[in-house]
Amino acid sequence: MSDLPKYNELPPGGIIPEPATSLKYYTGDWRVERPVIDQDKCVRCRLCWVYCPDNAIREVDEEYTTSKGKTYKIKYIVNYDYCKGCGICAQECPVNAIKMIPEPVEEPGGEEE
Amino acid sequence: MTLAVEEASGKGLKRPRPMSTNSAIATAARDLDVDVVSAYPITPQTTVVEKIAEYIANGELDAEMIHVESEHSALSAAIGAAAAGARSFTATASQGLALMHEILHIASGGRVPVVMSVATRALSAPISIWNDHSDVMNARDSGWIIAFVSSAQEAYDTVIQAFKVAEDPEVLLPFMVAYDGYLMSHTMEPVVTEDRETVLSYAPKRDYPYKLDPKKPVTIGTITDPNWYYEFKYQQVETMKVALEKFRRADEEFGKVFGRNYGLLECIHCEDADAIVVATTSYATTLKYLINTAREKGMKVGLLRLRLYRPFPVEDFLKATSGVDTLLVIDRAISYGAPVQGPLATEINSLFHSRGIDTKVVSVVAGIGQRAFKDDDAMNMFKLALESRKAAPEETIFYGVRK
Repeated sequence: MSDLPKYNELPPGGIIPEPATSLKYYTGDWRVERPVIDQDKCVRCRLCWVYCPDNAIREVDEEYTTSKGKTYKIKYIVNYDYCKGCGICAQECPVNAIKMIPEPVEEPGGEEE
Repeated sequence: MTLAVEEASGKGLKRPRPMSTNSAIATAARDLDVDVVSAYPITPQTTVVEKIAEYIANGELDAEMIHVESEHSALSAAIGAAAAGARSFTATASQGLALMHEILHIASGGRVPVVMSVATRALSAPISIWNDHSDVMNARDSGWIIAFVSSAQEAYDTVIQAFKVAEDPEVLLPFMVAYDGYLMSHTMEPVVTEDRETVLSYAPKRDYPYKLDPKKPVTIGTITDPNWYYEFKYQQVETMKVALEKFRRADEEFGKVFGRNYGLLECIHCEDADAIVVATTSYATTLKYLINTAREKGMKVGLLRLRLYRPFPVEDFLKATSGVDTLLVIDRAISYGAPVQGPLATEINSLFHSRGIDTKVVSVVAGIGQRAFKDDDAMNMFKLALESRKAAPEETIFYGVRK
């Protein structure tokens, strides 16, 4: 904590004088459970992407063929840097393709998977 | 008619005209060319914002008047406007100030320079629309600069000084100008107003350094975890010291430009006094009016009128009271169950003790819910101050209560 700036080295009142600084704040540290998407079950409905309050579900152009032979051109993946583990995506998923897995206690989340 | 024409021309009147303190404050807002006024009516403040609305309707002031649904919103709107770079003003009293309480801290902690006038009034229950200082004393730890003014002229002048200090980039703190509801708010006094050009060259509009601008985004109202919050609160502690000196200089400069200034506190006959009475707002005016009469009767009393309350002018106060053995402090609010029940008396006591000064502090509570305080009562204060030199009452005196 002694490495942090002193009171007179900070802008007044907790004002952040530049934009987009939330990118530097890895809220994934807060996570207790992580959502894991089963790409085989996922029907690419995009509801998790819509509901995620932190924009932590990403839609990527990546082809995937399911075990039943259906090919999708996109995939949904979780950005674990910012996913707080709220579980809304798992709750909303209409095909139960998202599971909430407890984070290991000794090594808190935050790292990209 | 001539007066109205002269006034409408935007030129200040060098001769005084009759104005209530509410009217004087509204006129100061006009002459400061405020950009945004948020308004919610509450007695005895209402005629401040009514008068401003009149100035806007008459084309004498080009400002946005926001009619809000509560005082909580009134201050929130003023903060939002100030954060967007507008010169923002609002006014309140009593329950209104109480309802603003949460937002008071947001203005000071967020370092948004709004200016607000407070026509002090008692708090419910039971309901009293009349004057005392319960409202403003409840707000004393909200981080605002607080000045107590004693005349309509001083109210006009102090609102102008307030904007100069609040908007100073080294200060950026909200400023509250407090005066007595009814005793001042609705009482006519002679007031000299100044022309807008001179007022604006004394208190020019300055760009708020962190203003909300889509082209240059900033974040205000952030969340700060335990590693950060304390530093921002300490900034406020240090900035209060800066504000004290800025206010001192603003007042001196005001004197040079307009020929009137007041200091951080005013002392009358303090140098050779045996005992000093400490008072604020209209009570100080009443005492000032009578102090020469007391002196003629051989009572060696002084009067200390506290003008700047937050930040407290510690060194000025100690200097003004050095050499006197007894102070009588008149409080217009009650700190229920406190060791000393007058909040101002408590602070002065603690100041003396922390400096190892053994001046006696007599705590007197008076004027609660506007219980009358007239000439005789003022003379009684001088008398009581002198009598207390021999035997100072240990407990707060509740002056004027039936018991």
